[in-house]
Amino acid sequence: MAIGITSYGAYVPWNRLGPGTNGWTARTERAVASFDEDSITMAVAAAINCLDGLPRQDVGALYLASTTPPYKEKSNAATVSVAADLPFETLSMDFADSLRAGTAALQAAIDAVKGGSAKQVLLVAADMRVPQPRSEFEPVFGDGAAALLIGNSEVAVHLEDSCAVSHEMLDVWRAVGDAFVRTWEDRFVIEEGYLKILPQVISKLLDKNKLGPKDISKAIFYAPDSRRHREMAKKLGFAETQVQDPLFSTVGNTGTAFAPMMLIAALEQAKAGDRILLANYGNGADAFLFRVTEEIEAIRNRRGIQAYIESKRILPDYETYAVWRGLIDKAPPTRRPSLRTPSPSAMHREESKNLRFYGSKCKRCGYPQYPPQRVCTRCHAKDEFEDYRFSDKKAKVFTYTHDRLGPTLDPPLVVSVIDFDGGGRMFGIMTDRDADKIEIGMPLEMTFRKFYTSEGIHNYYWKCMPVRA
Amino acid sequence: MAEGIKDKVAIIGMGCTKFGELWDKSPEDLIVEAFQETVEDAGIDKKDIQAAWLGSHLDDISIGRGVIVFSMALKLPFIPATRTENFCATGTEALRGACYAVASGAYDIVLALGVEKLKDVGYAGLPESGNLNMEGTLGRFTSPARTAPGAYAMMATAYFAKYGLSPEDGKRTLAKISSKSHHNGTLSPKAHLRREVSVEDVMKAPIIAWPLGLYDCCGVSDGAAAAIVTRADMAKNFRPDPVYVKALQIAASSGEELLYTDYDYAHVETTYRAGIAAYREAGIKNPREEINMMETHDCFSINELTQYEDLGISPRGRANEDVDAGFFNLDGKIPNEVDGGLKCFGHPIGASGLRMVYEMYKQLQGKAGPRQLKDPKIGLTHNMGGTPPSCVVAVGIVGL
Repeated sequence: MAIGITSYGAYVPWNRLGPGTNGWTARTERAVASFDEDSITMAVAAAINCLDGLPRQDVGALYLASTTPPYKEKSNAATVSVAADLPFETLSMDFADSLRAGTAALQAAIDAVKGGSAKQVLLVAADMRVPQPRSEFEPVFGDGAAALLIGNSEVAVHLEDSCAVSHEMLDVWRAVGDAFVRTWEDRFVIEEGYLKILPQVISKLLDKNKLGPKDISKAIFYAPDSRRHREMAKKLGFAETQVQDPLFSTVGNTGTAFAPMMLIAALEQAKAGDRILLANYGNGADAFLFRVTEEIEAIRNRRGIQAYIESKRILPDYETYAVWRGLIDKAPPTRRPSLRTPSPSAMHREESKNLRFYGSKCKRCGYPQYPPQRVCTRCHAKDEFEDYRFSDKKAKVFTYTHDRLGPTLDPPLVVSVIDFDGGGRMFGIMTDRDADKIEIGMPLEMTFRKFYTSEGIHNYYWKCMPVRA
Repeated sequence: MAEGIKDKVAIIGMGCTKFGELWDKSPEDLIVEAFQETVEDAGIDKKDIQAAWLGSHLDDISIGRGVIVFSMALKLPFIPATRTENFCATGTEALRGACYAVASGAYDIVLALGVEKLKDVGYAGLPESGNLNMEGTLGRFTSPARTAPGAYAMMATAYFAKYGLSPEDGKRTLAKISSKSHHNGTLSPKAHLRREVSVEDVMKAPIIAWPLGLYDCCGVSDGAAAAIVTRADMAKNFRPDPVYVKALQIAASSGEELLYTDYDYAHVETTYRAGIAAYREAGIKNPREEINMMETHDCFSINELTQYEDLGISPRGRANEDVDAGFFNLDGKIPNEVDGGLKCFGHPIGASGLRMVYEMYKQLQGKAGPRQLKDPKIGLTHNMGGTPPSCVVAVGIVGL
């Protein structure tokens, strides 16, 4: 029975640090999550892209992989699961602590489907690692997310074989309490770690399947940076045309999300019959051999990497990014009261409305409305409604303003009233927008964001933004 | 059969403190000062007061919740006292409580007092919705950054778009409104802001939430105002010139304005509905001809512009013509914001509704000094709390 990838989706943040940024010294461009994003919100974006048009209730499990989850003891996968509107009967699981968590989750997903504990597993990897300012990592680290749906029917990318090794070493790590990634001496890290271990697992896999480098249509493998990526390609014996562009100069090294994101980038160009090698590294290594089937054409329209690469804003200055990451404690532009902590019991009660983003649709007159209403605002029918999900609906700007008083780390605060395609209207805070280019009637999509954190409690909700792609 | 409140209740005394940044005045000081002027004006003793209604908005600051700070500051002798709140319409809400108490026949002499110590909060304006608790616990999740100017600025954007006003022309119309109020403020000794501001000043002022700039937004102030009301048939026992309540209406948003897509965000439905109900209660058929003067809720200039239309005075989409013609100026046909309005008098939330009535009361009695209008007979107050699509509006009409 063929088991493998049946759908994919990815997410690259809109904001970039790059040569146009005041105070940015590198020649690379890299994607940075906005002040209202984190690993959970990016994971939700990728997950929803992956599930576009598919019945959410058929997803049996969600695996979230990240080394930067917002909560250390509380399932982050559960939050992603609810925001992606997966059912209560979902196995949500958190994979953490390693750059290999994303591919470890991939193996686990394959095994779950093979073993029969789930018909489909949605695996999502997201990372937002903060490099120490002016370190060697700063030009390289990027933020992003990738989602893969693993199943056993209509498989677009069939997994033929895989293998893994485990390797204990302190080459690249963060301990509890460390703000930034730490490493040992580069010679040790690269020679004894990366360059030694990754090729071993690839050889093992290829040999076992009696294949050589020339049999591979596309090779996707982890590398800490572009120089090491070229070095590894050469060492493995792949030609430049065989190797998936690791996007180090546009997106960056996105940690746990890196391997799955580059896999998706490769799949966007792949055709039936292609043989794909995916290899990942992090305290060991794993490698996967995939064969692309005809079903790949049916998922050509998914929002992967391509959709997001060109949709971007180069941040005007490094200071903005530093404030977003809390590296600088900058005075706010206006004196505002501090936000009070939301009530977890109220948050729980409002989960369907606030996280799943359900409104109601009147069964009598058919009018969708948000927030959900027991009494229809149009025909006044009482308790005759069904759940209606707004998170995947498009909308248009009805009215808006630039609010220079309201609190935001990306001024001016753009608030708007938005009309959903198909009906419904709500007040929306707009994110990831060029404030000077907003117009009445402009098309919008919804995006899951972190509104604020108060006393360590994160408050998530939905904002609107100009359609990315 | 319910008949409404017209001519059942009379105001026989009113008081109002100076509004402003009164750093050295506590809420108790403001309460006492407004109360003192009120009982002297009514010519009554404190012990004559049979019940009291207090209006204040902020509850974790200012005078807190309940009535205790108020009843103890005034040493009210164990009489019924109620605190009432309805956002920025709180002042009128307090007056309503007092008037209905008298109209019900339960009491003959009742006090209504509104007070706010807004400058104790430590920042400009009202907090945004996450803290303002407009929607209670919900507001913190879903719209923690919706400020008051932001919510109203969106009405300006929609109004300009709907009626084809260019951003420049639209903003200039708003500027004329603010400039007019500032002129009135210079004639108003108790007002917070008392400086002429030209249309150009308003146009060039720093932007708060486009198109609203600094001079499109009302003053943030401390203050208190109060009234003593009694039965209409007893009023002349106290003074020869009582002012009668002709209408006292409140309309609260049903939610249709936000959840329908037909809402044009260029008017305030509750103002329209409260206005109709008030005119009906007062027996007014043609407001443009019959109302002599107004105090409407001009927290932002765009509000005032839409109020002209929502109160049925200017035709829809053409209030700017009346503005250009000076219709609402001090020397116009229906002077609005005669004492400077919220814009210049200031807006201590709990007190504003009563301050509006204070100006109408003084005008009707011929005691408005440099602002005195010629022979006014009917005055309208309009007091609004919330944002354009989700709000409460009170409309009161008083006359001789």
